Amino acid sequence: MGRLGDLTAALRAEGARPVVPFVTAGYPTDEACRGALRGVKDAGCRLVEIGVPFSDPVADGPVIQAASQRALVQGMTPARSLELAAWARRELDLTVVMMGYLNPVLRMGSERFARACAEAGVAGFIVPDLPVDEAAGLRGALREADIDLVSLVAPTTDTARLQLHAAHASGFLYLVSTTGVTGTGAGAGDDLEAYVARVRAACSLPLYVGFGVGTGAQAARVARCADGAIVGSALLRKLADIEDEAAARAATSSFIGELVRAMATACDDTTKGDRS
Amino acid sequence: MTTPPTHADVPGRFGPYGGQYVPETLMPCLRELEAVWLAARTDPAFLAELAELHADYSGRPTPLYRARRFEAACGGKARVWLKREDLNHTGAHKINNCLGQVLLAKRMGKARLIAETGAGQHGVATATVAALAGLRCTVYMGQVDMQRQEPNVQRMRLLGAEVVPVLSGARTLKDATSEAIRDWVTNVADSHYIIGSTVGPHPYPTMVRDFQSVIGIEARRQVLEKEGRLPDVAIACVGGGSNAAGLFAGFVDDPVALYGVEAGGSSLGHSAALALGTPGVLHGSYSYLLQDDDGQVVPAHSIAAGLDYPGVGPEHSFLKDTGRVTYDKVDDAEALAAFGDLCRLEGIIPALESSHALAFCRRLLGDEAACAQLRAARAAGPDAGPLVVVVNLSGRGDKDMHGDAGAHGAAATDGNGGDHGQAR
Repeated sequence: MGRLGDLTAALRAEGARPVVPFVTAGYPTDEACRGALRGVKDAGCRLVEIGVPFSDPVADGPVIQAASQRALVQGMTPARSLELAAWARRELDLTVVMMGYLNPVLRMGSERFARACAEAGVAGFIVPDLPVDEAAGLRGALREADIDLVSLVAPTTDTARLQLHAAHASGFLYLVSTTGVTGTGAGAGDDLEAYVARVRAACSLPLYVGFGVGTGAQAARVARCADGAIVGSALLRKLADIEDEAAARAATSSFIGELVRAMATACDDTTKGDRS
Repeated sequence: MTTPPTHADVPGRFGPYGGQYVPETLMPCLRELEAVWLAARTDPAFLAELAELHADYSGRPTPLYRARRFEAACGGKARVWLKREDLNHTGAHKINNCLGQVLLAKRMGKARLIAETGAGQHGVATATVAALAGLRCTVYMGQVDMQRQEPNVQRMRLLGAEVVPVLSGARTLKDATSEAIRDWVTNVADSHYIIGSTVGPHPYPTMVRDFQSVIGIEARRQVLEKEGRLPDVAIACVGGGSNAAGLFAGFVDDPVALYGVEAGGSSLGHSAALALGTPGVLHGSYSYLLQDDDGQVVPAHSIAAGLDYPGVGPEHSFLKDTGRVTYDKVDDAEALAAFGDLCRLEGIIPALESSHALAFCRRLLGDEAACAQLRAARAAGPDAGPLVVVVNLSGRGDKDMHGDAGAHGAAATDGNGGDHGQAR
């Protein structure tokens, strides 16, 4: 297990329910993106997910598609995304999980890509179009570099596949909340609790829920059954019209702070409920 | 430089190409589709139902027609046979795949079909089988393609399909495919995605080739009947590559020279992933791809909307690497010229996509050295009569009438058609 796994295990041991904000590298602007990362830190987060923009993001809904497109037009690249990750690690002491589609990784070459991630201090990597069945090569290369390849499971994942994930996943397990693309749906289907319980029965890793989690109420619901929440499209929506660093920092800190508090409160309530 | 993640013994690999690079949400559904398809392909009841639809609904077998005036225009030293997939119901080979897949969708209990379309032929074929099977249908089409293939948009709507304009990216086939995949991820429980070509994650490239192999199987039988021997050459255009995969399936184990023709485009760009691309992952499989140094997909260009795609089916990548198929490209102007040729010489309006294969045929037969080589290579020897060529006429061109081809045709008729129209 890499540094990401150490941190998520420690957070779970503390009883924390982390919010993991997602930003697209270079969105809305380079400056505002750095501002957003400062806001993430201000809100008390220790983990952040940074997306490497890709031309054809098939797992993403309209918000992240548009963010990726804008970042690419403004000149963002995989190499510059890693520079941003290194900055977040160095300047803000954030633990960075990168999200990127497979093709740019293959273009650089898995081993070279893993080394570049390691040099940037990246702790984990998420590839939305690389199912666990196809991931052996990249997982091995990342493991050599002490980086966790985070596995995504979906509501359609059956028990046999959950066992496959459990056998290979590290860092945390990313639970896609609904069948759909990012930023759509209510962020938690009617059966979120049953879904989380089903995954927990198969896998001992911390379970982080993402895709469509964007309100305090949704985050609180995640906090009551899972170990963390990933918030992407909802944050990018807040950043849409912002170009300068300070405003992005304030907007992020305010919005993410609200979710952090909602999760902490829900977590406390759950703990009290357990005692009574 | 790029080593793809490979697995030994994984079905759906063509050498290093193919695979299943899709979000986890879709993986169980791909497993189910593979199982249902593998069961169906040897199930006599399924095969009988498909054969009946081929014969009575689509009009198969499609003719193999000798284009005498066209072959004269190609130099008169070869016999050119056109496999008339344009005479299928809905006007293209696309229906072969859709009839097969809609039967699978019914077996899986799906209530809705999703499709992407470029030229609109696959969208029309999907809308058609949806109507036939009583299923709902949503077709994604780039806004640029909706404009240049307007008649097909009307046809899909008439057939009861919802046509959704795609406004992202270059607003063509690549973007329509991405949007169709997003719909599928969201509605996988009740919807089946009929991919229109031999692209996408396993089992699609193999399954679509299987459903299109009827083209090559028929053509082989027909050419043996008519010529008493196998052809020397078989030619098909390649976008994603399904009509080519279907034709080649009939001849790949025979001593027949196979040519796949990509869209060379114009100064605006091209769609020649095999000729000019490098391997990468797009839309679920590892294959040749137009991409930049950072692995971002580069927009394609072709006058033919159905070829305007930056990727290509993984089996074609494998056949390129092994050398079994020769891939070449034909540009927009050459394709338009061949389009005009066939209209006026044979009374057949070909699709702009198929016109790429016709243009290549004309170029190949005009190349004395290449023809001599082909004659020398054949088992029957160099003196065994003229070369016999089969060209897949994958679709009809009515859909292209109001766009570039229509303008070209009208201008040629007026005597102002420039080089191509006037010369031929």
